[in-house]
Amino acid sequence: MMSKLKTVLPAVAAMLVPAVAMAQEKTLDQTINEIVSPVSNAIASTVFYSVPVAGTQFPLIVGWLVIAATIFTLYFGFIQFRGVGHSIALVKGDYSDPNDAGEVSHFQALATALSGTVGLGNIAGVAVAVSIGGAGATFWMILAGLLGMASKFTECTLGVKYRNEYKDGSVSGGPMYYLSKGLAERGMGGFGKVLAVFFAICCVGGALGGGNMFQANQSYQILLTVTGGEDSVLNDMAWAFGLLMAVFVGIVIIGGIKSIARVTEKVVPFMGILYVTTAVVIVAMNYDMIGWAFGQIFEGAFSAEGVAGGMVGALIQGFKRAAFSNEAGIGSAAIAHSAVRTNEPVTEGYVALLEPFIDTVVICTMTALVIIITGSLGAEGVSGVALTSHAFESAISWFPYVLSVAVVLFAFSTMISWSYYGLKAWTYLFGEGKAKEMVFKLIFCIFVVIGASMNLGPVIDFSDSMIFAMSIANIIGLYFLMPVVKRELQSYRARLKSGAVKKFAKA
Amino acid sequence: MPKTYIVGYDTSAGADRAVEFAVAQAKGTGAAIKIVHVLEWSAYSFLTPQELEERHQRRTEELDRAAAQVNPVVERVRAQDVECESVIKYGHVADIICDIAEETGAAQIFVGRTGHSALSSRVFGSVQLSLVQASPVAVTVVP
Repeated sequence: MMSKLKTVLPAVAAMLVPAVAMAQEKTLDQTINEIVSPVSNAIASTVFYSVPVAGTQFPLIVGWLVIAATIFTLYFGFIQFRGVGHSIALVKGDYSDPNDAGEVSHFQALATALSGTVGLGNIAGVAVAVSIGGAGATFWMILAGLLGMASKFTECTLGVKYRNEYKDGSVSGGPMYYLSKGLAERGMGGFGKVLAVFFAICCVGGALGGGNMFQANQSYQILLTVTGGEDSVLNDMAWAFGLLMAVFVGIVIIGGIKSIARVTEKVVPFMGILYVTTAVVIVAMNYDMIGWAFGQIFEGAFSAEGVAGGMVGALIQGFKRAAFSNEAGIGSAAIAHSAVRTNEPVTEGYVALLEPFIDTVVICTMTALVIIITGSLGAEGVSGVALTSHAFESAISWFPYVLSVAVVLFAFSTMISWSYYGLKAWTYLFGEGKAKEMVFKLIFCIFVVIGASMNLGPVIDFSDSMIFAMSIANIIGLYFLMPVVKRELQSYRARLKSGAVKKFAKA
Repeated sequence: MPKTYIVGYDTSAGADRAVEFAVAQAKGTGAAIKIVHVLEWSAYSFLTPQELEERHQRRTEELDRAAAQVNPVVERVRAQDVECESVIKYGHVADIICDIAEETGAAQIFVGRTGHSALSSRVFGSVQLSLVQASPVAVTVVP
């Protein structure tokens, strides 16, 4: 593994050195872009190996995620619909022992995992989906969100069940651990180890891609748009913005200055609520259009004419963006949920299944509705977060300013979360240790600058491919381990029924 | 059954005065004293993933630190021939003190005065005011 690292590091350095040297002739941004694009394109075309279906290219990996989500949905008997009441009771703390107060609550684990997933995927990703896949992509996105709840349930239950608990009371969990430990139990230790290492490598990549570059890129884009696009003082200053962002990220993850993280963690939920409320207001302002918008969504879902790839095109975009936004089946949430203090792994699965619902079915759908209802869809040359901004602006002229602040904060909190996921995968590969952790944190900061400087296309491709690659190992493991989850679920349900697991009376 | 007096203890000088006052009362009535120390905590606050991971460890440390502060007080009360025990809990101070008062069937609650101005109490709320409004038993605020 170290040899792999040794070949990667000079490569990163080699990418940066000429970039600086050539800065005189071209802008620094263009140069960084030209150097990194071929690499990200190569990775993307491998992960998104596509087969032609009904006249359009269908990436196999998208089918992989949706089929898995469907299988988990059936295998656990539509747990996402039948179990949702219990999920809410758990989050409210009805089943929490008051004597455990002071430990991580279910609510806190959910909130932290959500702050890692709610972010640009919900704002920019949805805009990408509807601008390529048409209004119909929304329908498939919602469907993928609902199915994804079962994947989240499965992976987060396993995350808690197979986590490592250390003497000092700290815990490490996630797919790396359930892949290696869980499969070893089933006599496939070697195979499990391979999957775990593969997952961890992709997780480091995903942390640098979707969890970092995509975030830096889109927050720069929206600041650029808000400050005047081409004429903005920020034009061609992406690297400077990236540098500033990298400094802030570095202060938190390297400097350990928690106060900044704490401030964002406080502001982000507020921003999320503000965002959804504003979206609801805009939709309500155009209440006469709601029926038409849903008409567009359903019609487009099955017969998207004039959209690249027709119905299959809409489906691919919807599924892809949903998976990228709620990360169900990817395995990242299992890392965040592992820290909760519970004796029942299944309870964490119940809690986690709310995530795709809040993230995709509620927030993503609101973004899509605003874009469709304001008629922003099809606006020339606007894509990604700029499209969302454009849609909100057409209803509330000053909202792009609020949105830009929200985007930067969302991006920041997502980066903090992913730096943690990446770090966990990194330490799984290379072992714990201050120096090793520092190497990852420095690389993470460098990628903030790279991400901000690149065009949207290559960034999205790289982000998508690394994040989706995580799902390859994760879902193989989930298939092998789903009987374990079923046993846990059955035993838990039986005890819930018999009263062995009971609510704590509220004093 | 002897009466129980609850003292809300937060390591301030005011809390020490409340303990002394309660001890003086208890000597007369033969009541036992229960010292309640609450670590302010909300199950609905937001934590970073790093904090999530370290939470159990921090909690253990916080409980140890609290015990180190509360135990000497318990010893001091016992030295004056008054029965005494302590409870350390996480949560909202006034809520927890009220809950414990109800559970133990306590006769009275003693708390120290913080000396905040009326204005800051209005703005930030105060444990004493919430207690007086919500307590199931008599509350004595010791100046």
